[in-house]
Amino acid sequence: MSIDRRDFFKVISAGAVTAATAGSVFAREKKKLSPDAVGILFDATACIGCKLCEVGCKEYNDMPVEQSYKVGDLDVPTIWDNADDLSAKTLNKIKLYRNGDASVKDRAENGYAFVKKACMHCVDPDCVSACPVTALVKDPVTGVVTYDAKACIGCRYCQVACPFNIPKFEWDDPFPEIVKCQMCDHVTETGGIPGCCYYCPTGASLYGKVEDLMEEAHKRIALTEGEKYQYPVKSLTDGETAQHTVPKYVNYIYGEKETGGTQYMIISAVPFHELGLPRLPEKSAAGKSETLQHTIYKGLIAPGALLAGLLVAAYRGNKSHNETEKGG
Amino acid sequence: MSDNKALGGKIITKPFIILAILAGIAGILLIKRFIFGIGAVTNLSDGYPWGMWIVYDVLIGTALGCGGYVMAILVYVMNKGQYHPLVRPAVLTSVFGYTLAGFSIFIDVGRYWQLYNVFLPWHANLNSIMFEVAFCVATYVLVLWIEFTPAFLEKFNKTKLLGFMNKILFVFIAIGVLLPTMHQSSLGTLMIIAGNKLSVLWQTAWLPLLFLISSILMGYAVVVFESLYSSIGFKRPLETPILSKIGKLMAWLVAIYLVFRFGDLIWRGELGTIFNDGWVNGTMFTVENLLFIIPMLLLFSKDKRSNAKVQFIAAVLLLLAGAVYRFDAFLVGFDPGQGWHYWPSASELLITLGIISMELMAYLAFVKWLPVLPNIKHSTS
Repeated sequence: MSIDRRDFFKVISAGAVTAATAGSVFAREKKKLSPDAVGILFDATACIGCKLCEVGCKEYNDMPVEQSYKVGDLDVPTIWDNADDLSAKTLNKIKLYRNGDASVKDRAENGYAFVKKACMHCVDPDCVSACPVTALVKDPVTGVVTYDAKACIGCRYCQVACPFNIPKFEWDDPFPEIVKCQMCDHVTETGGIPGCCYYCPTGASLYGKVEDLMEEAHKRIALTEGEKYQYPVKSLTDGETAQHTVPKYVNYIYGEKETGGTQYMIISAVPFHELGLPRLPEKSAAGKSETLQHTIYKGLIAPGALLAGLLVAAYRGNKSHNETEKGG
Repeated sequence: MSDNKALGGKIITKPFIILAILAGIAGILLIKRFIFGIGAVTNLSDGYPWGMWIVYDVLIGTALGCGGYVMAILVYVMNKGQYHPLVRPAVLTSVFGYTLAGFSIFIDVGRYWQLYNVFLPWHANLNSIMFEVAFCVATYVLVLWIEFTPAFLEKFNKTKLLGFMNKILFVFIAIGVLLPTMHQSSLGTLMIIAGNKLSVLWQTAWLPLLFLISSILMGYAVVVFESLYSSIGFKRPLETPILSKIGKLMAWLVAIYLVFRFGDLIWRGELGTIFNDGWVNGTMFTVENLLFIIPMLLLFSKDKRSNAKVQFIAAVLLLLAGAVYRFDAFLVGFDPGQGWHYWPSASELLITLGIISMELMAYLAFVKWLPVLPNIKHSTS
């Protein structure tokens, strides 16, 4: 063998240079929304906090009642569902925002508002990128992010990855699963609409195609404060409407750009971060993670070159050691 | 004549029994975990889905198991034959470090009976950093046991098979260097996808490099620690000159590490964040980096690094440095928001303690039973 250590480092550095220069070219493209993607538009100003969406969600998904609070000091369980937040038993949740004397709805100062927490069904979901065994999948047509317990190993990397802390884990089950909103895909595939939207009396939760919902959202935030508007109820194509007075919307659609866009979008009169929605960059963390990983491992050139160099080095090292051992 | 020799002596000693009791306690708690679920023994939550087990048992456990990896680089890649006697004890620590990390993963994942899905091509997600980590770590455990087989073959005098193994061993040595290079860096890459949830003090595209360098450092530190400790514990002569050379190498590695660590913070304009990211993050960042800087200064001085005491202190500080860095990057700097908090439960800690005890028991048994520790040519005892 005539390759020495210097040659070995040449092989290694050749691999490293190839990988490094390929990097900039290899940045992963932004994921695009499917034209048939479905989603939900949540209008916080239309929400009256009745929590019928929670009832609908539990019914449609056959989820158990969850009780975070007992009645007073009596330690008596209530008969109704009163989950504190999303959990492995609760897939959507109305949360209250309140400030000061909370006298006026949809006002940031001395006001209150409602917001619905549920899976955002990201266009470029971090959880899907993170899952080692493809247990979380984004439907190529509807864009709904679903979970397959048969594939899942329970590593919970999806929980680490999700910027909205959506995937929940069954901590008290010896055979746990990850639990998350799957936009009632068992109902929508036969033409139905998700439980939360079906039960919502005001149209605050509205189901439809993401493109159409986005158009509707843009229309609403452009309306003049105080005018009357027929808010579609249940779904955009359902035909049912409810008349509300237009509030002073924040001129922004949460989910249009966040982490590469989401299929569950929110409009509101109270600033979004006040409602507990995180400020997120337009580029998904999944994009960064995949770009970095595929830069290092592009075509397995760098690891391949490294292995080739190592084989040569180890062969020589091992041989010389065995020989000295025999000789000595 | 082999480089290595079995120590002999009784395996069941007082320390061994104490370790066995600790392992037994962990065993009982594990029964609870498998009957009632992970929530029954841990303080993990939907906000902090990873805790003590992942950070200590897996991240730090495998980094402590990098001894075999770094000694293979030194002996076979850099062709420094004089370090050869240190290879086998280092490989043994790696065997146990990684095997028990694998065992911890089995305990930590919720759906352990489906873990084999990682190896089914139709389930594999090549975009997932976790896939790379899981696949590489599992393969490496296998490779490590193969690398260690000569010790068994020498013990049972299988000369023919030993000759054959020694001929093909280079393949496994090469793979045994490649795999840790891949997964020790990827363990850092894991946190990239956590995005904003990880403080900017730790969230950087250099995570893979920082994890790789610090794992190599921890690997050398383990070799130094182990050599000095077994010299004292088993009353054997010190290997001071060799350890001094490793010390110099470690000092340079820390210097490279710190250039990237601080260069990156300065480049991103986040150096000032040390003072306005909350006192916990600021303090932990400072502690973490002092633990790197102090041993580096000690080891750059030729006089100091020739002293066995300094070698020992520097090795311990570097092990702590790598460990604190891993705790910081996965737990301290990680904040999912919404008021989530995490502190390990007593059961969680006891299970980790039990796993460490098992590792130490296995190590003690193996060095007495198999030819592992360097053979002493000029016996002093």
